[in-house]
Amino acid sequence: MTELVLEDVRVRYGSGSSAHDAVKGVSLTVASGRTVGLVGESGSGKSTIARAIVGLHEPHAGRILVDGTDVVRAHGRTAVLRRDVQMIFQDASSSLDPRMNVGASIAEALEVRRPDLKDVKARRAEVARLLEVVELDPARVGDLPSQLSGGQRQRVAIARALAAAPRVLLADEITSALDVSVQGTVLNLLRKVQQELDLTVLFISHNLAVVRQLCEEVAVMKNGLLVESGPTTRVIDAPEHPYTRELVRAVPRLGVPLAETPLSRSGDPR
Amino acid sequence: MTTLPPPIPAAPAASSSSRHALVTALRSPLGIVASLLLVTLILLATFGPVIWGETAKVADLTQLSMAPSAAHPLGTDAGGRDVLARLLSATRISVVTAVLATAIGVTLGVLLGLLPTVAPNWVARVVNSILGVALAFPSLLLAIVVSIIVGVGVVSVTLAIGLAMAPAYARLAQTLGASAAGRDYVDAARVLGVSRFRILTRHVLPNVRDPLIVNASIGAGTALVASTGLSFLGLGVQAPDYDWGRMLNESLDGIFVNAAPTLGLSAAIVFAGVTFALVGETLARAFGLNRSPRRQRRRRGASNDEVAPLHVVDDPVLRVRDLQVRVPRGDGWADPVRGVSFDVGRGEIVGVVGESGSGKSLTCMAVAALLEEPIEVAASTVQFEGTELTAGGRVSSRISSAGVAHQLGARMAFVLQDPATSLNPALHVGTQVAEVGLLHGGLDRKSAHRRAVDRLDAVRIPDAAQRAQAYPHEFSGGMRQRAMIAMGLMGEPALLIADEPTTALDVTVQREVMSLLAEVNEVKGTALLFVSHDIALVSSFCTRVLVMYRGAIVEDLTAADLAAGRARHPYTRALVEAIPHLEAEPGTAFATIAEDAEFPTEPVGSRS
Repeated sequence: MTELVLEDVRVRYGSGSSAHDAVKGVSLTVASGRTVGLVGESGSGKSTIARAIVGLHEPHAGRILVDGTDVVRAHGRTAVLRRDVQMIFQDASSSLDPRMNVGASIAEALEVRRPDLKDVKARRAEVARLLEVVELDPARVGDLPSQLSGGQRQRVAIARALAAAPRVLLADEITSALDVSVQGTVLNLLRKVQQELDLTVLFISHNLAVVRQLCEEVAVMKNGLLVESGPTTRVIDAPEHPYTRELVRAVPRLGVPLAETPLSRSGDPR
Repeated sequence: MTTLPPPIPAAPAASSSSRHALVTALRSPLGIVASLLLVTLILLATFGPVIWGETAKVADLTQLSMAPSAAHPLGTDAGGRDVLARLLSATRISVVTAVLATAIGVTLGVLLGLLPTVAPNWVARVVNSILGVALAFPSLLLAIVVSIIVGVGVVSVTLAIGLAMAPAYARLAQTLGASAAGRDYVDAARVLGVSRFRILTRHVLPNVRDPLIVNASIGAGTALVASTGLSFLGLGVQAPDYDWGRMLNESLDGIFVNAAPTLGLSAAIVFAGVTFALVGETLARAFGLNRSPRRQRRRRGASNDEVAPLHVVDDPVLRVRDLQVRVPRGDGWADPVRGVSFDVGRGEIVGVVGESGSGKSLTCMAVAALLEEPIEVAASTVQFEGTELTAGGRVSSRISSAGVAHQLGARMAFVLQDPATSLNPALHVGTQVAEVGLLHGGLDRKSAHRRAVDRLDAVRIPDAAQRAQAYPHEFSGGMRQRAMIAMGLMGEPALLIADEPTTALDVTVQREVMSLLAEVNEVKGTALLFVSHDIALVSSFCTRVLVMYRGAIVEDLTAADLAAGRARHPYTRALVEAIPHLEAEPGTAFATIAEDAEFPTEPVGSRS
């Protein structure tokens, strides 16, 4: 059981006059075993938050608490705590090394994170078990990423994240590179492992419909700030913030003409 | 760091596929020539001194500086020794020097170049500035300086050339390493807690290896020229040893009496240099770094019955019959579009939906004559406003008739998925929009620019006159896409083809672009062919929808029928059901389509 808490997290890219604040003070709690959605448009800072949580880009202010311990700029045992948070990337065709086969990719995570599996045989068995968890044929252990379909690749990426025995999973737009026919399978799989392993999940997406169906809570980001958060059905079905309302209104619906938007002529920065 | 047990070995799949590529490359004419030359060179270098070494030492004082004869095919040198024997036995020292120097250069270069990936930032900065300075010197000059400092002789020449080559390889390794290190898989390894050193050896090195090997092989040729050059200058191999460079120097004294030694030596140097270059080229092809497209003609497959369109329009703006696209793949061909027939009526908005690989984009690019060799586009008819675009059953991107090209340019517009890559980053947006008027509108520069500003204003670019002077990177994604549409509106297009025009954009921006397209259709009567993977978006925008599956149109239905759940093809129905929608019950499972699901590629019967 692990809780993930962000306290006034700020992330800055660049320095001096070219500095740009991608995240301008975000506080967010993902309660243990919950799935929280983080939605927003490109440039809103939602992916930056994920990178900050796993340490790919240290925030310049604020605290990131994993079970109450601040992991920002952590060393030693606290740094290891951060590895309890694993991330699944948007596009598995670039998050899997093209030269490493399925087994080697997953085994790498086992080598680092599972010292209890001492020999090759034990790891091989664990790789096979993980492939079964993500509903892939263990016989594909020798396949290269290029020999798999997009959905299969993403499932391997999930298996690799699970191999690291995480307690928190960050899913960063994990289906946006996939066809809609495959999307459902990957999302159902994510929900299955979340429930079976009682994982705490931060689910980053621009797809409101997916978030509404998958997440119990949702936070809406715009320009590096949270503008609204709360139970998913409340936020999406009855949004309070104008930006959330705009987002919900812009979702294409089968057969419903896109609502006419007055196009601003003056000073539209977009 | 704790010692970790050995990783699970890579399965044979990886190595066997790369081995296969190597075998294929070796079997090509280039590969055969390269291997023959390389084997010759290796044999000469290995056995040359053994076979001809003694002969080369024999100094016949009665035969000084003789012209070629039967006994001495390249004549003799000033000491009365046989030049050919000396040339052949000098192969070893010349080639070994070059190869060793390259090995030193590459090893040193890779170490220096990849150091920044693992070392702290300040080390990276120091290494970078040293490399920058070293790269500013011509490497031969650098080699001369080094060999003067280290002292003359074969060892110092090898070292000098190796050191002189290192900066270039360091820069190459650095660039390749930086691009590999920026990949998501390196981030993923960092998140797992894999150490920097292991990331370097396991993820970075294997992914930079191929281009480095190719460069090293070509670089060995350069090293050979450099080492013979230094020996020629007297800085390299010293008597009694000799290599091609020193022999070349000695032969120059008698060049007007006997040119044969000089020519023979030059030929030897060229031979070795060409060998290294060809081996490099062969490896490059084997690694797929510059694969030359093989053009093998394929007979047109037994012409199956023409696919009838599911919906025929009178007086269409676009009429397509039996369109097929073939793409070379491996040794054969793939057919991503196999027999597509459809009409687009005047002023109609037709959507094309399908998943990746369904052929929807290729279909649109094919009818716009945008596909180039080696892709083949065949059709029995592609008519745009009554003009036939096929010639000899093919649609070629090289349209022979200026009239047809002009008509396509002015009357058909194409908007691509990613406006970030379809605009030239080095030119003002206004200039690029105006260019269409210059090329197809018959406008002069000034009026083309005026019209461009007018069009940018029409697509709601604020302060169009001023923003026309901006570069694409100063525009947001939505504005760039509007600029692309403005480009399409420079003429009076009868048809605008939009290929996933909003996929790279946010939903709120998507809505702006869509309503702009709708306005173009309404005001100008421009027909739209709108390609998207998003069946909800297509149904909310189009009047008629074509559903593509595995290169065929499987259903042609009105958006109203689609929205009302009257789709008849199982694939269409599965697609509709798979869309996540805002009315779904929270917490329920997502609808799925089994990965191995097979749908019929037969279309459902005609509606009209």
